[in-house]
Amino acid sequence: MMTAFFWMLALFMLLLTLSVRPMGAWLAPLASGTLPGRWRAFDAALLRRLGLNDAGMGWRDYTLALLVFNVLGAVLLYALQRLQGDLPLNPAALGAVEAGSAFNTAVSFVSNTNWQGYAGETTMSYLTQMAGLAVQNFLSAATGIAVAFALIRGFARRESGDIGNFWADVLRIALYLLLPLSVVLALLLVSQGVLQNLSGYLGYTALAGHGQTLAMGPVASQEAIKMLGTNGGGFFNANSSHPFENPTELSNLLQMLAIFLIPAGLCHAFGRVVGDRRQGWAIYIAMSVLFVVAASAIAWFEAQGNPLLSALGADGGSGNLEGKDMRFGIAGSSLFAAVTTAASCGAVNAMHDSFTALGGLVPMLLMQLGEVVFGGVGSGLYGMLVFAVLAVFVAGLMVGRTPEYLGKKIEPFDMKMVALTILVTPLLVLAGTAVAVVVAPGLAGLANPGAHGFSEVLYAFSSAANNNGSAFAGLSANTPFYNAMLGIAMWFGRFAVIVPVLALAGSLAAKKRLTPTLGSMPTHDGLFIGLLIGSVLLVGALTYLPALALGPVVEHLAIWATH
Amino acid sequence: MSHKKMVLPLLDAALLRPALRDTFLKLGLRAQLKNPVMFVVYLGSILCSVLWVQALLGQGQAPAWLAGSIAVWLWFTVLFANFAEALAEGRSKAQAASLKGLQKSTWAKKLAAPQRYGAEFAMVESFDLRRDDVVLVQHGDVIPCDGEVIEGIASVDESAITGESAPVIRESGGDFSSVTGGTRVLSDWIVVRITVNPGETFIDRMIAMVEGAKRRKTPNEIALTILLLALTLIFLLVTVTLLPFSAYSVNAAGSGEVVSLPVLIALLVCLIPTTIGGLLSAIGVAGMSRLMAANVIATSGRAVEAAGDVDVLLLDKTGTITFGNRQASTLVPASGVSQAQLAEAAWLASLADDTPEGKSIVVLAQRLTEGAGGHLDDGKVGRTALADLHAGLTPAGASFVPFTAQSRMSGINLDGRQIRKGAADAIRRHVEALGGSLPRSLLQQVDTISSRGSTPLVVAEGAQVLGVIELKDVVKPGIRQRFAQLRQMGIKTVMITGDNRLTAAAIAAEAGVDDFLAEATPENKLAMIRDYQSRGQLVAMTGDGTNDAPALAQADVAVAMNSGTQAAREAANMVDLDSSPTKLIEVVEIGKQMLMTRGALTTFSLANDVAKYFAIIPAAFAVTYPQLGLLNVMQLASPASALLSAVIFNALIIIALIPLALKGVRYRALGAAELLRRNLLLYGVGGLLLPFAGIKLIDMLLSLLGLV
Repeated sequence: MMTAFFWMLALFMLLLTLSVRPMGAWLAPLASGTLPGRWRAFDAALLRRLGLNDAGMGWRDYTLALLVFNVLGAVLLYALQRLQGDLPLNPAALGAVEAGSAFNTAVSFVSNTNWQGYAGETTMSYLTQMAGLAVQNFLSAATGIAVAFALIRGFARRESGDIGNFWADVLRIALYLLLPLSVVLALLLVSQGVLQNLSGYLGYTALAGHGQTLAMGPVASQEAIKMLGTNGGGFFNANSSHPFENPTELSNLLQMLAIFLIPAGLCHAFGRVVGDRRQGWAIYIAMSVLFVVAASAIAWFEAQGNPLLSALGADGGSGNLEGKDMRFGIAGSSLFAAVTTAASCGAVNAMHDSFTALGGLVPMLLMQLGEVVFGGVGSGLYGMLVFAVLAVFVAGLMVGRTPEYLGKKIEPFDMKMVALTILVTPLLVLAGTAVAVVVAPGLAGLANPGAHGFSEVLYAFSSAANNNGSAFAGLSANTPFYNAMLGIAMWFGRFAVIVPVLALAGSLAAKKRLTPTLGSMPTHDGLFIGLLIGSVLLVGALTYLPALALGPVVEHLAIWATH
Repeated sequence: MSHKKMVLPLLDAALLRPALRDTFLKLGLRAQLKNPVMFVVYLGSILCSVLWVQALLGQGQAPAWLAGSIAVWLWFTVLFANFAEALAEGRSKAQAASLKGLQKSTWAKKLAAPQRYGAEFAMVESFDLRRDDVVLVQHGDVIPCDGEVIEGIASVDESAITGESAPVIRESGGDFSSVTGGTRVLSDWIVVRITVNPGETFIDRMIAMVEGAKRRKTPNEIALTILLLALTLIFLLVTVTLLPFSAYSVNAAGSGEVVSLPVLIALLVCLIPTTIGGLLSAIGVAGMSRLMAANVIATSGRAVEAAGDVDVLLLDKTGTITFGNRQASTLVPASGVSQAQLAEAAWLASLADDTPEGKSIVVLAQRLTEGAGGHLDDGKVGRTALADLHAGLTPAGASFVPFTAQSRMSGINLDGRQIRKGAADAIRRHVEALGGSLPRSLLQQVDTISSRGSTPLVVAEGAQVLGVIELKDVVKPGIRQRFAQLRQMGIKTVMITGDNRLTAAAIAAEAGVDDFLAEATPENKLAMIRDYQSRGQLVAMTGDGTNDAPALAQADVAVAMNSGTQAAREAANMVDLDSSPTKLIEVVEIGKQMLMTRGALTTFSLANDVAKYFAIIPAAFAVTYPQLGLLNVMQLASPASALLSAVIFNALIIIALIPLALKGVRYRALGAAELLRRNLLLYGVGGLLLPFAGIKLIDMLLSLLGLV
């Protein structure tokens, strides 16, 4: 079982690593804003035609543009859901989405979370899926990447007042990166049997003799960007465990690769733009190490199975298969779970709620680490770079210099922004969970009592505040309480992080870039990689250890205590 | 003229008493508010004390003895941190006070009216001189205070300030009228009007500032405080939310009881970075103290921090890389003159010359003659005369001719012989006046020596020119290794000199500097600093002269010599009381050490938390979920002892680390990668492991004493 998993993991990491360089080469000119020759002419003409330009913005203007853009996106998406009953492309004749759910969903897709309190096939019309959700899948991904670009520029530029042009960034990312990749991936998925039609739902008589309905729709086009943009919002309720979304082992592999494709490539693009590729590889290796360990841990815990079931002879030594599709098994499900929670994708091909206690702890922890192990498109890199600044700040002092990263001195303002960034999500997760496990409407959503119920709530807030979007399915979250609480967690988990990151980008861009000497702390070697991993783990562990102890850890100890 | 270092013992009884007093004085709200991390502990202590009283009244959640013990140890935590700061400040003040004693008083000849040469003078102490007093400074006197020459002309040895050994001429009026306190008149006399009052000098003002010590936090300290504050907030969040989590768990498990407030407060204090929080300001104060111990006063902590960051050191050649005074290295006889003859004349001419150059000529002449099997003592000068010479007296039948600004020669008249040494043109005029001439071949030798960057001194007896003495710049021993060390630390050294390129290159190669600036002028020095800075490097330099001021102001770290001019000292951000040109290297090391200490203790503090979790989490929740007892990896005796052990360890570690905070972690001249590896291993891994042992040990002690 573990052997099959390790082969799959090895193949996955090999393909991913091979993609890093070409993806980096594709992303770097977009990040640095220096498009090659003919492309630049086309780009200039396009911007002119649209009435845009790529004049540099200060970080405040950039932030303002980003916020306006995203608030407008949320308002439009909300309106579309509420009005869908009166709009075309609605063969299933679905009515307006309930207000609380529509708010939650609008925030969810704009914040790149794609938490879904609703079931797609019974809630959203084709128009809402295509013109609302899929569009936000593109735009929220482009927003995240734009922020990462801004931060990369912050490191690369010297004494500069601007961090790029938000409008040009979003346009270029969507048009030159996400769209072509999505077209290719959608076609590949169609080749594997993923649906792509606008037909009405099909009725048929099942073997048992009673009537059933097969939901249809433009699935492949949405599926591609769902993965590439680390969005994760399924067309269907069953997400990537639905055979029409993820039919084969090959489609499963393609989906997993698609999730990591841009986050991994961004690492290399970062190295290219700052002029030292080793810096990018160091980040990539740190992420990879954390990922490989986490994925292996999930597979290992799942392979151990549930002793209570084993005692009944229920699993025949095959490990914990509850909530898993036999097409993917423990190997394919564990790897997918690690990928989707390491990146802030949130698509699932197995039910995380049914994982063993510790097998479920790992995905939760991956989110709680701040979605920096590859993480969301853009957000993974900027989150990891914030951790790099933190690691450099503490350890850098130990080489006897005031801390600097890539030649940029880390000063009080930068540290303020770093502090805000690392404060936001623990606040949302811990405070949100604390409220939910005390008040009646929060407790009402719990399907399981005891420690597992606690884990479900903790998972939900971890997922929302870190913009992952996957769920421990046991929680009934489509209630006014959770729609509101999680909606708030998603919004601030996204934008209360982006604002200080952009401020950091602006502050860094304005600084001199010091020349590294033998006396400067190297940030490309094994020691730094270890340090970065250590910082991510230490901050994550220190923040969430007590909560995890009261959830999955207790559950695990209770189950295994008798065996 | 280096002063002995003032090394204060770590614990001095005289310092202890005021430190203890301040420890309690700092318990005031205002003092506590300055340090956000310790303020949280302070609030926790107050809250815990209230809960203790409540428990004593029989209404508490936790047993009274537990709440009481926690409260007591939390107060200790606060007091220990106060003590660290008070001790550091006490030491710093004591040093500042002793620095004042360093300023030396000299005697001055204060002129009475009409304040002109020839007027009556009274001997007064230089400290008693006021502005506009007028003093007479004669041959051999030290100029008592900064001032302006109003009458006379004299050659002045300013090597203590400028490092240049050649005496300079000071005269009334014009550009050469200002004189500096501490320099010495070598010949003739001048009348000087004093321009500053005592106690108003730059140094006086700086010491006052250090003493008054409203210490401002440095940028890095502020940034670190922000990080510590953020961590404190996170841990506050973690502990506060544990209350509802615990309530939920008790409800769900149907057993145990909700975690009590004293336990949560104990957990909070253990988790927040109290170790670094409590020692941070002590580290900063101790950094300034170490600098003062090296007789350097910094105008701000910011400058000390910047010193750690320096990439380029600009070092003056003279005094730093080479000895300030040139030394005689070879004797070149004129044609037809033997080496011994020249050596003897040079020796005689220099016997009464107590400048370092003169002494070096004596040493060289003796060595050369003895090497050739002869000696200089007998015959030539009578034995009594020799004894007189050694006693510094003029032997009978001999008269010394001192160096004067007019003649620019010195020498001796002995038994009818007239021996002179001096600059080539001065000697030429001298021998030509006597009917002799300077041979052409010797003139060539003089030029060769000059082109090597050495100084030629021509020796003549009567009208006959005997030869040339080469006074050479000698590179200090060990300086090459020092530069190699600096290179390893990533610091580039640049030699600044007024010499021509060829000479500079030769000395630069010999000393092993990375680069040099020849024919340096204030303008090209400034341009060079700007050039380095534009390439993203931080530049440090020392300076003394007024024309150094622009460069000092431009440099990131600027150390002015105490003996330097007012303008130079105002432009610098540190003043070296010893006026030692190599001090810059020490300053850089002190800066680095301070930053390293800060980083090491932060890392240590954070790494400590892991063990504390393993102590407290099982202790706090084992009644609710007995399974969590498995996390009690240290096998601590009971939940109460686990809790107390963690809190006690947390308090004691502050006391234990005070010596490290005050002394600073050891600095080694290594590359950054190697330094980081060592320190991470020591303070990171050590910080991870040590508390496991420490908490276990305290727990065993508590159990042994039956306290829990």
